[in-house]
Amino acid sequence: MEGGKESQREGPILLMEGITKIYPTGLVANSNVTFEVREGEIHALVGENGAGKTTLMKVLFGLEKHDAGNIFVKGEQVNITSPRQAIGHGIGMVHQHFMLAPSLTVAENIVLGQEPRKGIWFDQKKAAETCIDLGKKYGLEVDPYAKIADVPVGVKQRVEILKALLRGSEILVLDEPTAVLTPQETVELFAALKALKEGGHTIIFISHKLAEVKEISDRVTVMRSGRVVGTRNTEEISIRDLSNMMVGRDVELELPRPKMSAEDRREVRLLVKDLKYVRDNKDVLKDINLQVKSGEIVGIAGIEGNGQAELVEILTGLCECHEGTIQICGEDATEKKPGEIRELGLSHIPQDRMTFGVAAEASVAENLISTRYNKPPISNGFLLNLKAIFATCLDLINKFEIKANDPKQPVNTLSGGNIQKVVVAREFSTDPEVIIANQPTRGIDIGASESIHKYLVNATENGAAVLLISADLSEVMGLSNRLLVMYEGRIVAHFPDAEAVTEEELGLYMLGVKHQEPDEIVASLMGEAG
Amino acid sequence: MKTDKRFEILRTGVAIGVALLIGFIVTCLVSEAPLKAFGYFLRGPFTTTRRFAAFLEAAIPLTFTGLAISLVFSAGQFNLGAEGQFFIGAVAATAAGIYLDLPPVIHTLVCLLAGIAAGAVAGFIPGILKAKWNASELVSSLMLNYVFLKLGMYLVTYHMRDQSVGALVSLPLKETSLLTQFIPNTRIHTGVFILLITVLFCYYYLFRTSQGYEVRMTGQNIEFARYSGIPVLSVILSVQVLAGAIAGLGGAVEMLGIYKRFQWLASPGYGFDGVIVATLAKNNPALVPVTALFLAYLRVGADVMAIYSDVSAEMVAIIQAVIILLVTAEAFLSGYRRRMLLREVKQSASAS
Amino acid sequence: MQALLRAILSPSFAASILRVTTPILFAALGAVVADLSGVVNIALEGTMLFSAFTGVAVSAFTQSAWLGLLAAVGVGALVGLTLAYSHLKLGTDAVLAGIALNLLAAEGTVFLLYVVAGDKGVSSSLPSKVLPDWHIPVIKEIPVLGAILGKQNALTYMSLIAVVLVYLFLFKTSFGLRLRAVGENPDAADSVGISVHRVQFVALAISGALAGMGGAHLSMGYVSWFSRNMTSGRGFIALAAETLGYRHPVGVFLASLLFGFADALSNYMQSLRVPGEFVQMIPYLLTLVALTIYSGRQRKGRRSSK
Ligand SMILES: Nc1ncnc2c1ncn2[C@@H]1O[C@H](COP(=O)(O)OP(=O)(O)O)[C@@H](O)[C@H]1O
Ligand SMILES: [Mg+2]
Repeated sequence: MEGGKESQREGPILLMEGITKIYPTGLVANSNVTFEVREGEIHALVGENGAGKTTLMKVLFGLEKHDAGNIFVKGEQVNITSPRQAIGHGIGMVHQHFMLAPSLTVAENIVLGQEPRKGIWFDQKKAAETCIDLGKKYGLEVDPYAKIADVPVGVKQRVEILKALLRGSEILVLDEPTAVLTPQETVELFAALKALKEGGHTIIFISHKLAEVKEISDRVTVMRSGRVVGTRNTEEISIRDLSNMMVGRDVELELPRPKMSAEDRREVRLLVKDLKYVRDNKDVLKDINLQVKSGEIVGIAGIEGNGQAELVEILTGLCECHEGTIQICGEDATEKKPGEIRELGLSHIPQDRMTFGVAAEASVAENLISTRYNKPPISNGFLLNLKAIFATCLDLINKFEIKANDPKQPVNTLSGGNIQKVVVAREFSTDPEVIIANQPTRGIDIGASESIHKYLVNATENGAAVLLISADLSEVMGLSNRLLVMYEGRIVAHFPDAEAVTEEELGLYMLGVKHQEPDEIVASLMGEAG
Repeated sequence: MKTDKRFEILRTGVAIGVALLIGFIVTCLVSEAPLKAFGYFLRGPFTTTRRFAAFLEAAIPLTFTGLAISLVFSAGQFNLGAEGQFFIGAVAATAAGIYLDLPPVIHTLVCLLAGIAAGAVAGFIPGILKAKWNASELVSSLMLNYVFLKLGMYLVTYHMRDQSVGALVSLPLKETSLLTQFIPNTRIHTGVFILLITVLFCYYYLFRTSQGYEVRMTGQNIEFARYSGIPVLSVILSVQVLAGAIAGLGGAVEMLGIYKRFQWLASPGYGFDGVIVATLAKNNPALVPVTALFLAYLRVGADVMAIYSDVSAEMVAIIQAVIILLVTAEAFLSGYRRRMLLREVKQSASAS
Repeated sequence: MQALLRAILSPSFAASILRVTTPILFAALGAVVADLSGVVNIALEGTMLFSAFTGVAVSAFTQSAWLGLLAAVGVGALVGLTLAYSHLKLGTDAVLAGIALNLLAAEGTVFLLYVVAGDKGVSSSLPSKVLPDWHIPVIKEIPVLGAILGKQNALTYMSLIAVVLVYLFLFKTSFGLRLRAVGENPDAADSVGISVHRVQFVALAISGALAGMGGAHLSMGYVSWFSRNMTSGRGFIALAAETLGYRHPVGVFLASLLFGFADALSNYMQSLRVPGEFVQMIPYLLTLVALTIYSGRQRKGRRSSK
């Protein structure tokens, strides 16, 4: 707090002091956090998923009530209990999940809450003019009459920023703004942020991508499991040191790839041929051909939203609207329902844990048995065997090191990492032939991530065929034997040896700058098959 | 977890207290002698043996419809068709009771089966409309309640009516079809045993069978259920058929146990009462008889009050509504719950 | 059969459709306002019942039909606010709260009826008033249209005006914009400082007030009494009409006409020799069929586009 006295005669523009936030589930998301931002700087707030960054910003923006601590804006203590008050103090926020109404237009979304009126009527024209003027002023131009549902992500984000600027925000919080952007869009965003800084705005930039943080920020504050680890000048700290601060130790850069010789990977367990999926007359998936053999992890790299989610839904039977064929362990699975596909030996770690992975209010035990509730020993086909359930669950809880006091405890009282372990325990303990792991470690702590990587590799070495989808490059690159890259619904590259690929090269394919010829890809896939 | 259980009990207690208080205030507003009236209301079921029996009798149909609603609510289906299912079940049992000629016990069983079948069909319709065409079971079941009411009234009026009687009643049911009233001076009948079996069945079904597990998981998170491989559409359909069968059985039991002829001119309302019963029981079949008794107590108390005072029995509707609103209100007393939780967190923190 | 066809095609039948559509239309508009703000209003049925009773009681007491209407609307809004309070402030599930209010209305109105009229069936002992019919001079002279639209109850005209007003309110005012934003993404509205609960409170009050107009039409529009459960499911039919009408005032108007048609047909056929019970099923069966076809189409559309 003492630092930089001479440059800051009036002290920091924002000071959050001793903030503690406990969620109703009893989870301490912020613990005595002190966070200070100077006027006119771009201040990065970094930390792993679940570190508490979003929570801290929600407190600042009046979306969550803190249990202890004080907030000072421009040296004055303020009491913020609603976004309205936060806005009143010149704070604007661009949320991780967009806060837009899809059926309304760009202009309507931007002026919402302070609409121009003629009498009681909403003045559509004035609203559009406001947007155009504002866009010109900050170099963030948008089509005011477009419907939000129809515009790309980058535009939605621009709309969010304009929303905040229209409300006179001096302090602009951006929560992981680049997570959803293409590289080009990121470049544009950074240019806009720098322009805003020139114009005197203060920006809080949340990210866990350290290269970006290095590029854009002046100072950086690191959070880890609800606490602040420290604040540094960005220029004076290396990415390596930053990542150490984030995780609290050296990151294990070498992930334990399954060790099996190519000869051992023989049997094709998952085979996809000419898969195609059209939605709203757009090709969401096109010409997807792939195969996964027993004993290997095939990774799919790609920026989110390039068809990975849909591919997984189709492979697991959750979406039944596609052309092409799918075979699992030699059997046709194209038209099958999720239950039937599971019968063929497929396990699935879903991307969205709380929607698909668990029933949040059901007990740990109920969540652990959801894929075997009608099989012995859990059930004789009709009656449940409570003793067997209890025994199975205790066994899984021990084996997978799930931190739960009691199998009867509702699963939502566990931490994110342990909830994911419940999912993994359930999916890995049925001796699956094929595992589809979609973002298996997203949003969970390092410890749990490492365990999950370990389980994944073990299962593979025991003969499972694994398809791993991850937006985390170090994860797919470190774990996979072979790598595929998806871009705009197609497979644009196949690397038979994942170890021989560099991150830079992969990046070019992910961005659509480069692509292998379709024939080339199929040929190399077939070569594998031979 | 313990905290949550204790809290639920506390909240239910406070809700009932608040509801009674509001009921009392209303009584004060409309009555010349509110204390006397409310006294009768509270003591009603205990004033005579006959009334005590009436209180027990009233709980029987409430338990049946409460069970039916608990099942569909457990599956996350807002099917409010118990009203029509109960009614049509009673009509079906009546028809079988009038027209079939069978030996005693068998006749009764056949009548019960008729009720079950009619109720199951009535439950099947919203179920299949939801499973196949995704039509809201809430709206369709409400519409069907009227359809079954009219259908039942048509059947009774045009096909089963006793022309020799002035009022609109059916022909008498054959003696062989009726359930025995086995306690002298009361109308408590052997249907009680059918009821107990049904309660046990529902409890075991829901908590001890794989199908019950499917039902509960579908209700908790349907996406999760689907992802896990549970055939959610067939679960949605079968649970509504089962619930319909139970409500239909309830109608049949009520008919055969209490009445000699079909004599309802409007739907007796047990289906919607079933919603109150199931809600209070948190959809747990084992608690349904308890909450049904509670509701029956209020009902009989209100009837007694209406006899001895100037307050009409419908006053009880106010009490019921307030209870449902408060018992299911997540935020009601949640500040208190939060303090309890915080204390727990602190305790476990200081313990470790 | 021919007689039936001729009757259905007659202007007087069309006029009767408009008449019986009125309460459904009001309630369906109420359903639209509530639903677009993000709360399902299952309590419409009970709201109408409360308002129908209030209209009769107040008009009998004040000897003014208009005061009766005003009170009916006020009570409707009050029921809407009660739903809002229990759902938004107490956290009761909106459907359960709606069911509770419907149960309260079903028996509560009987209770009140007994208090004010000493009867538990109908209010015929109360000297309640009826809202007047309006005659529209110019339209009245036009041949067919005149017979349909020339003379109707005041509330029927108001329901037609309400379609336009609700449309303007939802799609042309800034409050309507906020309301739709709240219904579509409450977090978005919240993040720009709009009080989501306040908007929903207002929406439910309006929803209740509209249903209140519908209730008033039932007991003061073409009869002059209240009877127990006289809504007989119209509030629920309105919910179906709302779905069928794509949650848009104009669509909802057309859907309500469809149900009005079924209702009018059943009224007309009661005078024929068909068993009354069957005829009375028509509106409910039609609702069921229409809802199913509509939902099936929606699902199919979603499937192929998802
Ligand atoms: N509404 C909530 N209720 C309970 N726990 C929550 C809630 N929101 C976040 N959490 C938990 O709080 C922790 C911090 O979350 P968050 O602030 O979103 O982290 P970050 O933004 O740094 O990824 C996580 O463990 C998360 O699971
Ligand atoms: Mg976050």
